[in-house]
Amino acid sequence: MDLYEYQGKQYFARFGVPVSPGEAVDTVEDALGAAERLGYPVVVKAQVRVGGRGKAGGVRLAADAAATRAAAEAILGLDIKGHVVRRLWVERATDIAAEYYASFTLDRTNKTHLCMVSAEGGVEIEQVAAENPEAIARLAIDPLDGLDLEAARALASRAQIPTAALDGVAQVLVDLYRCYEQGDADLVEVNPLVLTPDGRVHALDAKVTLDDSAAFRHPEWEPWRDLESLEPRERLARERGLQYVGLDGDVGIIANGAGLAMSTCDVVEQVGGKPANFLDIGGGASADVMASALEVITTDEKVRAILVNVFGGITRCDEVARGIVQALGRVHITAPIVVRLDGTNAEEARAILAEHASETLQALPTMLEAARRASELAKEAR
Amino acid sequence: MSIFVDSTTKVVVQGISPTSQGLYHALRNRAYGTNVVAGTNPRRGGEVIEGIPVFASVAEAVEATGANASFIAVPPAGAPAAILEAAEAGVPFVVCITEFIPAHDEARVYATLRRNYPGTRLLGPNCPGIISAGKANIGITAGEIALAGGPVGLVSRSGTVFYQAIYELTQKGIGQTTGVGIGGDPVPGTGFVDCLAAFQADPETRAVIMIGEIGGTEEERAAEFIATEMDKPVVCYIAGVTAPPGRKMGHAGAIVSGTSGTAAAKMAALERAGALVAHNPTQAGEMMAEVVAGLPA
Repeated sequence: MDLYEYQGKQYFARFGVPVSPGEAVDTVEDALGAAERLGYPVVVKAQVRVGGRGKAGGVRLAADAAATRAAAEAILGLDIKGHVVRRLWVERATDIAAEYYASFTLDRTNKTHLCMVSAEGGVEIEQVAAENPEAIARLAIDPLDGLDLEAARALASRAQIPTAALDGVAQVLVDLYRCYEQGDADLVEVNPLVLTPDGRVHALDAKVTLDDSAAFRHPEWEPWRDLESLEPRERLARERGLQYVGLDGDVGIIANGAGLAMSTCDVVEQVGGKPANFLDIGGGASADVMASALEVITTDEKVRAILVNVFGGITRCDEVARGIVQALGRVHITAPIVVRLDGTNAEEARAILAEHASETLQALPTMLEAARRASELAKEAR
Repeated sequence: MSIFVDSTTKVVVQGISPTSQGLYHALRNRAYGTNVVAGTNPRRGGEVIEGIPVFASVAEAVEATGANASFIAVPPAGAPAAILEAAEAGVPFVVCITEFIPAHDEARVYATLRRNYPGTRLLGPNCPGIISAGKANIGITAGEIALAGGPVGLVSRSGTVFYQAIYELTQKGIGQTTGVGIGGDPVPGTGFVDCLAAFQADPETRAVIMIGEIGGTEEERAAEFIATEMDKPVVCYIAGVTAPPGRKMGHAGAIVSGTSGTAAAKMAALERAGALVAHNPTQAGEMMAEVVAGLPA
């Protein structure tokens, strides 16, 4: 789960990482109220989960009430790369002497944590990485050892952080690491991490991705679960425990396992079809889950044929077949369904489908043939 | 021959109870011919479930039965401790199929194994397990899709594409030595390179199918290994050729960001390494059929 900046800052604060005082608001009037309480000047920032807000006009400095009103009116409703701004973060403006960069993430190659620090913050860090890689200091952190002040200070020093800011940066790094590790984050990134003229080090932005698998031990994440911002079909899928990503074709795809779902999209494309979506029903899916998947797909008007591709391991094919039959009885499905099932309990599954075979429900023996048929049916219906 | 497990492997199933997922799969594994010798459950030591003697701990099970592999299908909150319990008991091969273990727990478990239990190999988590056709099947692969006798070894990140690839070979009458599903989580205990090295060293394995997917750098590292350390032919397929960039396609750790980790980058690296690169699992099977037909008698 990706957090908005204001949520990330709230999370930082729990771990002692210094952030500016601020308030999240949804209206111009509330923005004005927040600014009055915080004291001018303030910064009004669009809350969207996408980079490049500044360039898109989503971040504005306001010295008084009139400027705050103008900023809030301009930013609320702004479309930033397809994300419409519905919430603002109003925070007290910070004087900046220098801008740094810091992040923690998992290094999948090394199987350790990776901390990156740079004295060249405030700009696109990927650009720094590409043009001047030695400006980014890296440290591999063994999860059993963690990060102490001494190691953090040495890293900051390697990153060319000036001596006066070393202690402050080291303390922030140690606290950010706790946020990353104890906070079960996949990513914690601060850009910029600023040095103020009076020598304090302070997170001016916050990018946090939480590990959904750890939600069971973080009840405090619950209010952040923001299904509203999803597009309706993705939200429906999420509510049903399905992994759904919308694409722009007309062959609806349902498969078990992310790999097979991706592979099914690949094959459909290769035989001349266009996938309308990626939908993974997961491992061990029941008849009910399968029926939900068909319901989700049928809400997409672009879909002209549906391809169900399941290879049973932990998933039992007979359950999948029952789910399809259930869905046919429960939901109005006009698009033809092409099914291919193999693996655990495939024989039983084929028998169930054979009983219900019709123009709109066909079973084919191989993945490739099923993909071809589904793609052809979609084309015929165009 | 086969890699990691064979007919001499003795399996202890951790966290067994009459209603557990572990028992369901263990019985299927046993029906396949796998030597399931014990189960563990701290509250059921001394019981016998479906003919499987249950011990209170892995250490006791190992002591009594000589178990040298463990199978873990317990929920995510308990799985890290279960893996470390098996390592502490000296079990050299641990298969964990549990899905949704927090990434930080996986990282800690991996670091602990690396530092304190170098003699234990973890397969998974979030993987389908391992099948040495005709000898042993630990995990959730439907055993009947595999064909014994070699000469092909398989290794895959995706579980269901792994089944698909095995099935493609079996349909063509091509046998397998061992199939290893390494899982798609961020910190897998066993990677492509570990499996490729074992296949390279296994005399009965004469060619290898490797199934990767978008995200991460494991396939690129495998390409390096294929180029420098392998003389056996390798056929590859990378799932997610058509995946849009920047989207997380499911929870399998398959994330594309920028150009690193894309299917195109991985396929190019593997081609440069001398591997044959297929565009779908069926084509991978067809390419392997040609490779096998061309193997010297």
